[in-house]
Amino acid sequence: MFDGVRFAVARDLRLSFRRRGDVLNYVVFFVIVVTLFPLGVGADPNLLRSMAAGIVWVAALLAAMLSLQRLFASDYADGTLEQMMISAQPLGAIVVGKVVSHWLVSGLPLTLLAPVMGLQFDLTQEAIAVLTVSLLIGTPVLSLIGGVGAALTLGVRGGGVLLALLVLPLYVPVLIFGAGAAAQVLIGMSAAPHLSLLGAFLAISLAVAPWATCAALRVAYD
Amino acid sequence: MTLASESYSIEAEQGGRGSLLLRYAAPQAFYPLAGKMMPWFGALAALFAVAGLYVGFFVAPTDAQQGEAYRVIFIHVPAAWMSMFLYVIMASWAALGLVLNTRLSGMMASALAPTGAMFTFLALWTGALWGKPTWGTWWVWDARLTSELILLFLYIGFIALTNAIDDPRRADRAGAVLAIVGVINIPIIYFSVQWWNTLHQGASVSLTRAPSMAATMLTGMLLMALAAWMYSIAAALWRVRSIILERERDAEWIQGRRGQE
Amino acid sequence: MNWGSLDSFLAMGGYGLYVWGSYAVAALCIAAELWLLARRARRAERTQ
Repeated sequence: MFDGVRFAVARDLRLSFRRRGDVLNYVVFFVIVVTLFPLGVGADPNLLRSMAAGIVWVAALLAAMLSLQRLFASDYADGTLEQMMISAQPLGAIVVGKVVSHWLVSGLPLTLLAPVMGLQFDLTQEAIAVLTVSLLIGTPVLSLIGGVGAALTLGVRGGGVLLALLVLPLYVPVLIFGAGAAAQVLIGMSAAPHLSLLGAFLAISLAVAPWATCAALRVAYD
Repeated sequence: MTLASESYSIEAEQGGRGSLLLRYAAPQAFYPLAGKMMPWFGALAALFAVAGLYVGFFVAPTDAQQGEAYRVIFIHVPAAWMSMFLYVIMASWAALGLVLNTRLSGMMASALAPTGAMFTFLALWTGALWGKPTWGTWWVWDARLTSELILLFLYIGFIALTNAIDDPRRADRAGAVLAIVGVINIPIIYFSVQWWNTLHQGASVSLTRAPSMAATMLTGMLLMALAAWMYSIAAALWRVRSIILERERDAEWIQGRRGQE
Repeated sequence: MNWGSLDSFLAMGGYGLYVWGSYAVAALCIAAELWLLARRARRAERTQ
């Protein structure tokens, strides 16, 4: 089973590497969205500091929305996905591999950029650390849940927006606790409960999302 | 022989062999049954509504804190209850369809969704109209209201997805996966929003603190809830009949009906 | 009976806008849904 995961990760990473420009676009989009908020709400440092975690997290959600379409689309288009479905490897392993690879080129770069974003908003060091950790735990959940949405909307009209419509409500708990973690630290309280809940979400989505994604993929092919 | 009539034969066979339940699992058999049940549920809905509104407006007393404004609860609370209840029922039908591979289950799920969305919208609208006189603003980021809003998004997502997919079977099954994922998420979302709400606003702002319930108030609410439930069943049955006609249009039993008219 | 007159019933202790606004929209939604259901049923019957 782990062969399947490794195969999918390696293949998707190789394909992403060939289109490095595309991957970079999501990062740039993330930075642009984060920058738009202060332009929209004014530059009051106290206001921005209190909003920082929420802004960074919302930008991460939106960037995830854009990048998720790539998850299955090209494999679906050229028939590779069908091959994967009838291969000896369990479909779940391949799905997990693709999701891991998706996170490596979308969620992880955003997480690594978070400290820079945090400085833009004049967050304390502790808040920046907690924000980064929250993204580290939370962005994989975004990729996992997003995979379900991507599989459901394969080849469907209105794909991108429909995907966002389906997945964003499901992201709400991750958003609440992800952004909430850093906000807690800013008011001097511990972020541990928030981060543990995020960990719980990660565990639950690791258990449920691959199953749902496989079910959705099979629906697309029946 | 078209595919539709092939599947009908299989389902009718299973039905003839066995239980009452399986016999009505075939859309052809369910169609007339739904037609017969519909008016009864409609009548029950009207009866309960009249009773509930009578109790709500003419028996239940004025509330000490909220005055007459509280009377919105006789429509707000039943609408909110139905919005959640219908989503669970919808997801159950959808799951059944995935597991048993019956066509009717998917049709029932699609039949329930618009009514569920309607009640969710109504819960939000009446919630806002209740909030304005009692709390001063049209919208409150109360845990219940915010969760209702997200529930509306979940309904819209289900309807959007099933409408976007042309093949009805694929649409039903994709909707089913989405509904199941949604139903698992609903308690998580509600819990998260609760937590978020108490953190940011404290317990002071909460529409969930209904007026202290006189027994008559509770009776009124329950009667209206029953009315909403009966209405939902009637509406779903009516809608599923249309869905059956739309999807089974090539089936022999429908062609036969055409011939008789 | 709670209400002295039709006027006080409609006024709802000053909250008439909110109470009747709620029930009116509820009635509207139900009427709209029933109308749409009837229309869909007519169309489904017709197109064969």
